[in-house]
Amino acid sequence: MKKSNAINASFQPDSFEFTDPKAVKEIIGRYPQGREHSAIMPLLDLAQRQIAVTGPYGDLPIGGGWITRAAMDKIAEICGVAKIKIYEVATFYSMYNLEPVGKYLIQLCTTTPCWLCNANDIVKACTDHLGIKIGQTTKDGYFTLMEVECLGACTNAPMIQMNDLYYEDLTGEKMIEILESLKKDIIPPHGPQNGRRGSMAITGPTSLQEQAKKAGVL
Amino acid sequence: MPKLTINNQEVDVALGTSIIQAAEQIGIEIPRFCYHDRLTVPANCRMCLVEVEGGPPKPVASCAMACGEGMVVKTDSPMVKKARKGVMEMLLINHPLDCPICDQGGECDLQDQAVAYGFDRSRYSENKRAVKDKPLGPLIKTTMTRCINCTRCVRFGEEVAGVTELGQLNRGEDAEIGTFIAKAISTEMSGNMIDICPVGALTSKPYAFKARSWELKKTESIDVHDALGCNIRVDSRGNEVLRILPRLNEDINEEWIDDRTRFAYDGLKKKRLDRPYIKDEVSKKLRAVEWPEALSYLADKMKTFKANNMAALAGDLCDAESMFALKGLMKSLGADNLECRVDGAQFDVTNKSGYRFNSGIAGVDEADAILLVGTNPRREAAVLNARIRRAFYERNIAIALIGEKMDATFEYEHIGTSPQDIEKLSNARTGFAKTLKEAKNPMIIVGADVFAREDGLALHGLLYTAAEKLGVVKDGWNGFNVLHHAASRMAALEMGFTLTNPFDLGEMGFVYLLGVDNHQTLDNIHPHAFVVYQGHHGDAGAHRADVILPGAAYTEKSGLYMNTEGRVQRGRQAIDPPGQAREDWTIIRALSEECGNALPYNNLAQLRSALTAQYTAFGMVDEIAPAAWGAFGDIKGTVTAKVFENPIDNFYLTNVITKASATMMKCSAEFVMPDETLKAAE
Amino acid sequence: MLSDKDRIYTNLYGFEPFNLEYAKKRGDWDGTAALIKKGREWIIEEMKKSGLRGRGGAGFPTGLKWSFMPKELKDKPHYLVINADESEPGTCKDREIMRHDPHKLIEGALLAGFAMQAHHAFIYIRGEFVHEGSEVVQAIEEARAAGLLGKNAAGSGWDFDVTLHRGAGAYICGEETALLESLEGKKGQPRNKPPFPAMAGLYSAPTTINNVETIASVPTILRRGGSWFASFGKDEKNTGTKLFCISGHVNSPCVVEEEMGIRMKDLIEKHAGGVRGGWDNLKAVIPGGSSCPLLPAEICDTVLMDFDSLREVQSGLGTAGLIVMDKSTDIIYAIARLSYFYKHESCGQCTPCREGTGWLWRVMTRMVKGDAELEEIDMLLDVTKEIEGHTICAHGDASAWPIQGLMRHFRPEVEARILAYRKAKKAA
Repeated sequence: MKKSNAINASFQPDSFEFTDPKAVKEIIGRYPQGREHSAIMPLLDLAQRQIAVTGPYGDLPIGGGWITRAAMDKIAEICGVAKIKIYEVATFYSMYNLEPVGKYLIQLCTTTPCWLCNANDIVKACTDHLGIKIGQTTKDGYFTLMEVECLGACTNAPMIQMNDLYYEDLTGEKMIEILESLKKDIIPPHGPQNGRRGSMAITGPTSLQEQAKKAGVL
Repeated sequence: MPKLTINNQEVDVALGTSIIQAAEQIGIEIPRFCYHDRLTVPANCRMCLVEVEGGPPKPVASCAMACGEGMVVKTDSPMVKKARKGVMEMLLINHPLDCPICDQGGECDLQDQAVAYGFDRSRYSENKRAVKDKPLGPLIKTTMTRCINCTRCVRFGEEVAGVTELGQLNRGEDAEIGTFIAKAISTEMSGNMIDICPVGALTSKPYAFKARSWELKKTESIDVHDALGCNIRVDSRGNEVLRILPRLNEDINEEWIDDRTRFAYDGLKKKRLDRPYIKDEVSKKLRAVEWPEALSYLADKMKTFKANNMAALAGDLCDAESMFALKGLMKSLGADNLECRVDGAQFDVTNKSGYRFNSGIAGVDEADAILLVGTNPRREAAVLNARIRRAFYERNIAIALIGEKMDATFEYEHIGTSPQDIEKLSNARTGFAKTLKEAKNPMIIVGADVFAREDGLALHGLLYTAAEKLGVVKDGWNGFNVLHHAASRMAALEMGFTLTNPFDLGEMGFVYLLGVDNHQTLDNIHPHAFVVYQGHHGDAGAHRADVILPGAAYTEKSGLYMNTEGRVQRGRQAIDPPGQAREDWTIIRALSEECGNALPYNNLAQLRSALTAQYTAFGMVDEIAPAAWGAFGDIKGTVTAKVFENPIDNFYLTNVITKASATMMKCSAEFVMPDETLKAAE
Repeated sequence: MLSDKDRIYTNLYGFEPFNLEYAKKRGDWDGTAALIKKGREWIIEEMKKSGLRGRGGAGFPTGLKWSFMPKELKDKPHYLVINADESEPGTCKDREIMRHDPHKLIEGALLAGFAMQAHHAFIYIRGEFVHEGSEVVQAIEEARAAGLLGKNAAGSGWDFDVTLHRGAGAYICGEETALLESLEGKKGQPRNKPPFPAMAGLYSAPTTINNVETIASVPTILRRGGSWFASFGKDEKNTGTKLFCISGHVNSPCVVEEEMGIRMKDLIEKHAGGVRGGWDNLKAVIPGGSSCPLLPAEICDTVLMDFDSLREVQSGLGTAGLIVMDKSTDIIYAIARLSYFYKHESCGQCTPCREGTGWLWRVMTRMVKGDAELEEIDMLLDVTKEIEGHTICAHGDASAWPIQGLMRHFRPEVEARILAYRKAKKAA
């Protein structure tokens, strides 16, 4: 579905206010005077995070962060630009959710490097386990599955992003464990799920071995 | 001054000229879709690719590349042809091949370029993309599947019309143009988007499926909906106007016209007076009559009035010739009571520089500070407003307003509402007074309606003083401008269709209305006065009339018009008046004969030479006769504190044509009175 | 093999905390003021001497790029913008710098900023890197608190600050002018050039955009000398050390710092545990991130990992993200998936890319099944040529190259797929 379809959708609430005006001010203050428009993207992000906390809107019992049209209009007002300019930005970038999503947004990377490392197994684990397809949200509002493009953690493929967190070096079983944990609202530790440190070789670092020894990795 | 070579032809260009412009200067046309010389340059369509020797081994977008000294450009090399063919193919893969049912057919850039660069068949065997149409209001029909995302409409909205409502949403192949909140584009200039759309994505809703462009007769003429004298082309078939388009005139409308000029033409077919009528003296009912009866009845009636008990008024849409003829008729009867300022304006008519747009419309492009007095140019002259918008958008010039607040397409400082604020400003040393004084080309634009007040002459004098004090007139620059919005006004003033000392309309026993329909005037006519209405629409004036003489609308007659700058232009007849309606001057000429005092011309050419002989300005078509700056108005008079009000509330319903236009009614409902319309719908 | 003493990124795997205390122990912020006191000409000269070429993919000489900035500050401030929008499939090196060694980046920003007379640097980080971004912000705050940023940064006499700006999911924002648009709060649609950012960049002010790895390498290069850096590498045009990311069908995928010009085979075997099932099981490698045309095993046997060696075999070093594919790989799908990526990430501005990337992907998708005509291979290549070189930015080129690489080296496989499909269809 095209992102722009959401702007006129029926689930749009009427109004939006930022609950943390200080944060708004801080964001605008990051940019030179007269360049308030640079704050558009961080403010969209702030709105999305706020709605993740204050939401949900729409039919979902609980939900994650998304950006309402009212929030976009509010940002247009704050930044002194036409509303359409905010709609343009909001529909351009893939991370802005313009319709309600689940509390845990599972973003599955299936681009070639992850695909080579069996990303399809991870996708299958998710769809089978949750009983929804990519692009859908579970009825309880807990999970939304989304296919995304390369998330820049290719040496730790396959991987997913859950809300803000990366889960790397996954297997289908690991993925199901993560989902099960999230169902209980327990957020499992993020990062590589196979015990390795960052992006070093799983067999042990081939460089910086002294540092590795100090850190007790080798 | 870079010198470069394009296809072996040398050309000198001004610094900053793009290759596409340089090529145009020597008659080499480079195809383009997104590039438009009055809009910013996105270089996104990639059709204008050319080869620049010595550069990287790939073609460059000629619209975005500035000419450099010694550049060697090829616009027809194999590299260029291959690149353009590729771009053309890409444009067409998702473009529907629905040319036979597309209103753009025959005047479509894509179609034209496809002839030059298209393949004879498509290599694209995948499904074509479909894009949902967008509701853009009563004027623009959208077929968004045809859109090639050139973004001209988006840029036009932001840069010229000054309403940033259209955008390109999503990205990649999902990119779409629209407002995305089911909403019409709220600009008086929206129709221009139809013109600049290079494909059939945006077409005219009222013109939809009416005709193919090649079967239309095209008549070059002049618009009368405001006093700018926008250059138009009237497209007709048989005896019907099917559409109106702008003609290029850099000094006036460039290539834009507003939506009233473009779309009010359906009003030309409705509520028309198509035969003479006489009001029965007993039953008070109108009775259709033939011309001879109407004229002899009227001539007989006229003989019963004393000359000083007779008056003639000229309305907003009159051509110069008919007013000249009417003046001639009245003078032949010894009657002097003539007036064109039917809005009741009082200003000094003895000095032309006191009531015209001295800097010229194009002068706005040079202005660096503008004071608006009692005017909302967006409503009174939308095309002029677009120039002010551009001056603001491109050069960020300072603009201030003394008058009623308005929904402007530029930012302005609101510095007052009354004549006293003008006085204050002209005596000030800081603030906007300083801005004006320090400006190279300062400008004052006064709405002509500000003079419709008791103290009009004193106000006129006050404005003279202000212009002097603020230094808006200097060597080589006259920035004092009066903005009229009646197309007839300047010509009428030029030929003295007015009295220095106004007469009391209420005292007149006989009133000749030449296209006068405003209630203010009609209400002032004595209830027992004998009223003649000559005009084209059965509106307020006709309702009051004892005799109705059906005239011609502006598309149905040839006539001269003088715009607010004092520029004379020639309108041309596109179609015939309906039924028994006649060109206006011929009616008056016939009546003069009936009155026993035949006017001394038998055809339009003779009339024009008589007019020109007396008022030489009318002989200088497309030119502006000079007017010397000098004092005007009652300089010592006192002005009241009455605040200025903007004259036009509803841009779409300003005259008898627009009031008869269903399209304009729809616009009014959509843009001006949406709440009322909603209520009515409930 | 590069020895640890010659590695710039000594905390690449995060064996130590990223914080200032540990960063200093690792040698960061050591004598920064003294380096600045040597003057901007010296800095730019050293950078030129080092031969450092931009680590973001295009490989433009860094010192030369800096020298394009106006020599004098005029009415507009100068800006340094750091491209941390790491999104090229196969690439995950800047992430390691930002989360494990952010002070290298911040110190490098100060040095580079001073060299180009910028008082303000923006780091544009891809939005998904929430964790990495927050660590960079922490490092910035630490640096501010320690006087390393702000007025008289690090006692250098130069006022300098760094602001982190998060993207929101758009590969195209890695293109430097799209990045600037995005930083200005707009859609990330690349700008026409000229004007180049050095003349009119961020807020129309003179701007230089550098990749994270480029900037983070600067302090070490300046401390140890341009000639030290230049002493590594294949030749004077391909110098220094480089972070390589090895992903896909290798036994132990990793990010590692190695010498520019290392043999691809050595890199994969020594650091990534070799190709799954042995070197002979190698089918192809995409050597420099998804845009670089793939190389078949026979070229991989000998090719060196540097800008010019890879260019000679009609590919490129790009971001040095190697995507390794063994013989089990459906190479047509591997490339078709990249075509989807480029379609998904096209900004929609230029006709050839907006329309063409979708076309490529659709034809490629059919070719994965074999549902195509043999002639369509040439048509597809022709379509890639219609896109390549005809757009404002290189996204169009990047969408074309993987397919060109596929057909250059694996055309018989594509043909076989088509014929097999046809046969199966006939049989059915």
